[in-house]
Amino acid sequence: MSQQFPALIIIVPLLAAFFIFTVSWINRKLCFPIAVLSLAISLVSAMGLLGMVLSNGPVEYRMGGWPPPWGIPYYVDYLNALVLVVVYAVALINLLACRQSVRREFPDKIGSFFTLYVLFVTGLGGMVVTGDAFNLYVLLEIASLTGYALIGMGKGDAALSSLNYIFMGTIGASFYLLGIGYLYLVTGSLNIADIASILPGVYDSKVVLVAFIFCITGLFLKMAFFPLHGWLPNAYTNAPSAAISLIAPLTTKVMIYVMIRIVLYLFTPSFSFGALHVGSVLVWLSAGAIVMGSLLALGQKSLKRMLAYIIVAEVGYMTGGLWLGNTEGITGAILHLVNDAAMTLCVFLAAGTLMFKIKPSVAGELQLDDLAGSFTKMPYTMAAFVMGALSIIGVPPFCGFFSKWYLLSGAVTAGHYEFLAALLFSSLVNVVLFFRIIEIGYYGKPGHRAESGHSIAHMDEAPLDMLIPLLLVAAGLLAMGFYTDDIVTHVIRFAIPAGIV
Amino acid sequence: MHDLILAIMSKYNYWIYIVLLMIGLYAMMVKKNLVKKIIGMNILQTAIILFYISVSAKKDGTLPIIIHGPHAGHHPVRAADYINPLPHVLMLTAIVVAVATLGVALALAIKVYQQYGTLDEDEIHTRIRK
Amino acid sequence: MEIITSIKPFLAVLVSSLAVLGIIACKRPNIRETWTLGAAVLKLLIVASMLPAVLRGAEIEYTLMQVLPGVAIRFRVDAFGMLFALVASSLWIITSIYSIGYMRSLKEHSQTRYFCFFALSLSATIGVAFSANLLTLYLFYEMLSLATYPLVTHHQDAQARSSGRKYLLYIVGSSIGLVLPAMVITYHLTGTLSFAGGGIMAQAASPTLLTILFFLFLFGFAKAAVMPMHSWLPAAMVAPTPVSALLHAVAVVKVGVFCVVRVITKVFGSDCFGGLHLSPVVCFVASVTIIAASFIALSQDGLKRRLAFSTIGQLSYIILGVALLSPLGMTGGMLHIAMHAFGKITLFFCAGAIFVATGRKNISEMAGIGKRMPITMAAFFIGAMSVIGLPPCGGFISKWYLVLGALEADQIPMLIVLLTSSLLNAAYFLPIVYKAFFCSPEKSLFENKVEEAPLWCLVPLCFTAIASFALFFFPQPFLTLAKIAVKSITGGP
Repeated sequence: MSQQFPALIIIVPLLAAFFIFTVSWINRKLCFPIAVLSLAISLVSAMGLLGMVLSNGPVEYRMGGWPPPWGIPYYVDYLNALVLVVVYAVALINLLACRQSVRREFPDKIGSFFTLYVLFVTGLGGMVVTGDAFNLYVLLEIASLTGYALIGMGKGDAALSSLNYIFMGTIGASFYLLGIGYLYLVTGSLNIADIASILPGVYDSKVVLVAFIFCITGLFLKMAFFPLHGWLPNAYTNAPSAAISLIAPLTTKVMIYVMIRIVLYLFTPSFSFGALHVGSVLVWLSAGAIVMGSLLALGQKSLKRMLAYIIVAEVGYMTGGLWLGNTEGITGAILHLVNDAAMTLCVFLAAGTLMFKIKPSVAGELQLDDLAGSFTKMPYTMAAFVMGALSIIGVPPFCGFFSKWYLLSGAVTAGHYEFLAALLFSSLVNVVLFFRIIEIGYYGKPGHRAESGHSIAHMDEAPLDMLIPLLLVAAGLLAMGFYTDDIVTHVIRFAIPAGIV
Repeated sequence: MHDLILAIMSKYNYWIYIVLLMIGLYAMMVKKNLVKKIIGMNILQTAIILFYISVSAKKDGTLPIIIHGPHAGHHPVRAADYINPLPHVLMLTAIVVAVATLGVALALAIKVYQQYGTLDEDEIHTRIRK
Repeated sequence: MEIITSIKPFLAVLVSSLAVLGIIACKRPNIRETWTLGAAVLKLLIVASMLPAVLRGAEIEYTLMQVLPGVAIRFRVDAFGMLFALVASSLWIITSIYSIGYMRSLKEHSQTRYFCFFALSLSATIGVAFSANLLTLYLFYEMLSLATYPLVTHHQDAQARSSGRKYLLYIVGSSIGLVLPAMVITYHLTGTLSFAGGGIMAQAASPTLLTILFFLFLFGFAKAAVMPMHSWLPAAMVAPTPVSALLHAVAVVKVGVFCVVRVITKVFGSDCFGGLHLSPVVCFVASVTIIAASFIALSQDGLKRRLAFSTIGQLSYIILGVALLSPLGMTGGMLHIAMHAFGKITLFFCAGAIFVATGRKNISEMAGIGKRMPITMAAFFIGAMSVIGLPPCGGFISKWYLVLGALEADQIPMLIVLLTSSLLNAAYFLPIVYKAFFCSPEKSLFENKVEEAPLWCLVPLCFTAIASFALFFFPQPFLTLAKIAVKSITGGP
């Protein structure tokens, strides 16, 4: 069974998705359990794979038994295995937390929602596990299309925002496809490892350069790298809460994973950092992305929109970390990928929980001012939110501090002090952003004096099945912080290919 | 000038697909009508599909189908006789993706129309601001 | 150097954090208070149990977890850390008793939240005291900043809101903006963040870079209130007085100075520090703070604000003492942490008692208060003497060592600074006492009858006043600890 883990990861949710859809005509109550079961199986497989990789090294699985480069291999190495676990863990935890929210927001579309949900996770998981460049495009589009549909299910401007997202996302995916086409022209292969071995002979070719540019630009569009981020704030603000706490932590991170895979494993470091000299420029651009994302977040009055702009800044962190080109920077990028998925999940789940309980003043968008007094009303939710906030700010011992440390360290080693400054600036802005919210939550109605001791009488906390996953994630942030060194020395260190200083 | 014409004529397939790509991008960015944007998106994706297909063509190559008959299997297959089937296969997938994207986009456009009563982007923004 | 591995340092930190769970769970105020007091006593016992080993010259270590290559979350109990930890944990017990009295008399709201975060702050303080490297120090420093925010903004009114913002801006802003890059660069240069006897920075980089790094650290640890990073302290006086007393006279600000002293002695080391010629510069900066703060204190009418500016000045005494790099000066500086703590906390307790009993906050309103609250004002007098540095109060001993240190280092200007500031201290403290006791009956704003603050408030302040007095005669174990600490830094006799 464990031999089939790489296939199970994709096939179980894929089949489950269709199963859910058909079952939804018969009995709507079964949809949720099937979805949970399928994602649980995938998560177990992912964890099993990680264990296998840790003990025996990379795992190769040949679809249909065809050997590469003719067949499509699923190649699980250290980088993959880690990201896979993250993807499925986030998806499962979010699924457990979003049940009530889904039932409230679209009671008649439960079947469709869970189908799309599971398909989306399949697409992401497939993107992470595959070893074939074109297969990656297919799964990229599966994930994207289901994402568009999930976002479009929201209220307000959701349909228009999703349409804009389609436009920009399709350009991005098409550029990626074009880039792969150029690579195929030059190497005759679509297999990532195979292309990597053939490419060194043709580094001088302009075709390879153009392929690189198209692939990276396409990915930049997909990951909302400033200034190609225009679709993200609207799409993420208007999406339904249950969907956005799945999409926000995962989409951009998996796109960054694809970028890391392409830059480090397809175009190997000797090309990306040796032959090309775009590293410095991209680090400057990343610093700009961080600064702009943070500044734009300052001006927002809506909670989700503010969080969306913080994501834009976080993308800058990871992109810059990769393009610093040294071990610490790339370690920071990969570690931040994992940490940021968890932190984003935490804050978006908290935001979703808050939206579930608090009536927003502007239709559909929870304004910051709506949170007045929320520390008394929903102390546990706000406690988890504060923990997520502290992690994003970068306070030890939360995980966010350590990935930031590696990024800062990498910046100093590479001499990119502008990146260091941008990171610190963004931390300080995050302090302002989150403490603004904490202030509003803390001060409640002015002059309000609760009774001494607890205010349990005033508490109106969220339901337990939303609260427990949230608190679990918040605790996870702390645990991941303490175990940073284990993650880095046992997994990430091996995920960085040779050739990086 | 002569070199330029030669360059264009020898790689006319690439030039065609670039022109199509640009038309598609232009439509997506400049046109105000949502359906026109969607059409532009489709043109963009089609341009890329054409690119791949054109890559697979070979001079004097025939369809890549090996006939099973009494003589089949006795001669080695000469790859130069047959056009490359792989890009065709890849593009089948890409066409499916393009159609699916078209479907989702149109569904969303219908929803937008139901919500705002118009498909013109400027009109929609005015109505949102109200 | 004997190194003992024991979980005690971690336990000392953990005790109050675990007590938080108990505090939250209790419905009855008396049981809740028992948790606080119980945890405080337990903490003091654990800390005191490690004292014999430290006095012997040993150090106690405990590693929690490695989190970065070459850096772990690690605790180490050495003489200096033990000195600070003893001061903090002993004063916590007293402050808790005082808090109970203060909060109950005023019928304050959200007392559970108050005691919870108080306990967390003490956890963080002991964590700082027992840190073995910069990372652990930074971790607990941040934890302290965050844990004290709800305490500072306890009253939840508009003034608390703006003071809270200032507090965060100065303290968290400087630690993230200045200390963090300094730490990263230090790690990059030396490959480690651990505190070592002779410093880790020797020859690590150019003098310019090292100097810049040092000033990043000095101003980054804004809790040390070195000017210009001092404005948060007077603003934080909006907090309830027990908070001001422990946190801002003892824990928070002392953490800041503690961190600065650690940086000077264990990150840079006296050789490197001296080699960079930072000693005169830092002495100058400290002197400016001392003199300026003393002058501003003269102009303040609010009693707590005057005490705040007095604290700012006194903190820089400690920095001055250590920056002199002479063994006597360093001993004086370290000892002053203990002496000033006991003296200042007495003064704050008195301020709080006055507020509880009469509702007065301004000095101009306190003429003749000695008739009504003689015990309180007597304690105030003793506390003031200790802070000014007059015998027979404990503060005299630390000031004496500082003066000797200045002479030993041949820094006559510093001597003048020390004496001037002592005079200024007298100038802003003694008139309060004089007006309280010796003003004519017409000018007195109070009747003659004695109506002290409640007993819960009165007993602690008497205790600390007597302690300030007793420390003059029995400065152990603080003096011994300071001497051991200095020996480990200078390697001298």
